[in-house]
Amino acid sequence: MKRPPKHAPKRIRSTADLRSFQRMMATAVTRPLTAGDGLQPKWVDGRPMGTVAAEFVKPNDRLSSFDRLELYNRMYWFRLFDAIQDDCPGLRAAVGERAFWRLAQVYLERRPSRSFTLRNLCSRLVDFIRENPRLTAPRTALAVEVARFEWAQTVAFDGESRPLLTAEDLAGKPPTRLRMGLQPYITLLELRHPIDTFVISVKRREVMRSEASNAPDSSAAPPRTARRPPLPRLSRTWVAVHRHNNRLFYKRLDPAAFKILEALSKGRTLTRAIAAGGPKARPAQVRKWFTTWMALGWFCAPGNKKRPGAS
Amino acid sequence: MPANRFNGQCDYGIGIGLRVPHYSHILSRKPDVDWFEIISENFMVDGGRPLELLDRILEQYRVVQHGVSMYFGSADKPDRAHLRKLKNLVKRTKTPWLSDHLCWGSVDGTYTHDLLPMPYTFAAARRTAEKIRQVRDFLEVPICVENVSSYVEFHQSEMTEWEFLTEVVELADCGILLDVNNIYVSSKNHDFNPYDYVNNVPHERVGQMHIAGHTKFEKYILDTHDHPVLDPVWKLYAHATDLCGVSATLLEWDDKIPSFDEVHNEALKANEFIDTAKKAVV
Repeated sequence: MKRPPKHAPKRIRSTADLRSFQRMMATAVTRPLTAGDGLQPKWVDGRPMGTVAAEFVKPNDRLSSFDRLELYNRMYWFRLFDAIQDDCPGLRAAVGERAFWRLAQVYLERRPSRSFTLRNLCSRLVDFIRENPRLTAPRTALAVEVARFEWAQTVAFDGESRPLLTAEDLAGKPPTRLRMGLQPYITLLELRHPIDTFVISVKRREVMRSEASNAPDSSAAPPRTARRPPLPRLSRTWVAVHRHNNRLFYKRLDPAAFKILEALSKGRTLTRAIAAGGPKARPAQVRKWFTTWMALGWFCAPGNKKRPGAS
Repeated sequence: MPANRFNGQCDYGIGIGLRVPHYSHILSRKPDVDWFEIISENFMVDGGRPLELLDRILEQYRVVQHGVSMYFGSADKPDRAHLRKLKNLVKRTKTPWLSDHLCWGSVDGTYTHDLLPMPYTFAAARRTAEKIRQVRDFLEVPICVENVSSYVEFHQSEMTEWEFLTEVVELADCGILLDVNNIYVSSKNHDFNPYDYVNNVPHERVGQMHIAGHTKFEKYILDTHDHPVLDPVWKLYAHATDLCGVSATLLEWDDKIPSFDEVHNEALKANEFIDTAKKAVV
């Protein structure tokens, strides 16, 4: 968003005036909250916020201009915090409460939403964590992996599905020329930690917490005594985050199988993809893998696919 | 108006919002519901479970799309990618009309994900109406715009909210989704008479109505959609129905969502007022 005008336009006579007014209001609504969850007392140029708010917001006999604007400021942040918390329970558990909320605030401040849907709110989080390692130190490497995994879940949940590759598509094509695409909703992840089991244990704890309480407000903060699952130890893991029958799954992969799938997703021919699996990928094993992958509906016609956060 | 050009000449009755906690009940029990309203953005995706569920609902029920992010009042031009996705969904659902809010929420391509109130000025009305026309021409479906609840008023405004709504819908030649709960909430927050609002909008343009619950705080009321409809809102709904005729009516319940039956029974209370209005016509 471009910088707001110095003052809100006194009258709105054109689309340019309207845009100027909306920049002013949007800047106020999206400014970070104070430690007490309030509107900041100073405007971007250092003037008292009450003075600036009074330029465009009318007071009433119960609320000042500042108070009324603050309602929208709070709703903005609470809404976006809720969304990021829902999408990233694993990241929250991995970096801890304090670091997570700091990361969320700085991320939303520097990378405000550019999409009409909150579904895409975390689409730039992986890159942001990489570019700002201090926010998640000393667990930045883990944070990156968990954020990649959790974005992959979003993609697997409602990402595009293309027509399956059929036996007819494959018939008569020599492996040296045959290319097979991977469904756009699948993300292949080569990880240094077993993030899949970590995320599963985080989700189980969340379910147990919600089942343990009859509190009517589901957005109520979890009890402070709830312990997070132990952080994952270093252990190389290859996993595909995918869906089957429209349900989310994580499938562990043999390193050679991962290499083959990765090569196919990059547009390599079948011959070259299998070669990428290395000498440990024995023909009988490879045949078994392909049978499983075909049954899971993983293959489609090759084409460009955008998979942010993929390895 | 029971059926008019703003709701695709559809004589729909009482519907409820399609919400995740009710999916299993709806698909397994197949309750008798006149129509469901879906939040368009929840289904503007490329695949997966949301679309599978939607298709199963579409096999058995009438569905109307309601959006939360078109932001007709934003100075920005409509986003073409957004419109294309929305049109794909319109083709899928065959929604007889489509609604979104008379508000803004984005500027310079940055989204607040909120329904921010407009400054009620003639220039803003012209810009908003122009966008509604552009969107309708692209989507090729009638549009109803919904009045939002608000917590601020602006010095820059040149007219009342209902005058602004009237100005916009006349210029755009579109319909109104009259949210009587939003009128009530705003009337308390801004100290106006909600009946003045209902009396002074163009009744012949009302294609749909919304009812919902709200929450009272010491100094303001919030449009929380987490309660049954309160008595003053029912009374306002009855008055609106007297003036506008029996419109397609939808109960919004979006937070602390109770059982399907509780939500549906709450919505069906509207029948009491509809019956009264029908008798008055006879």
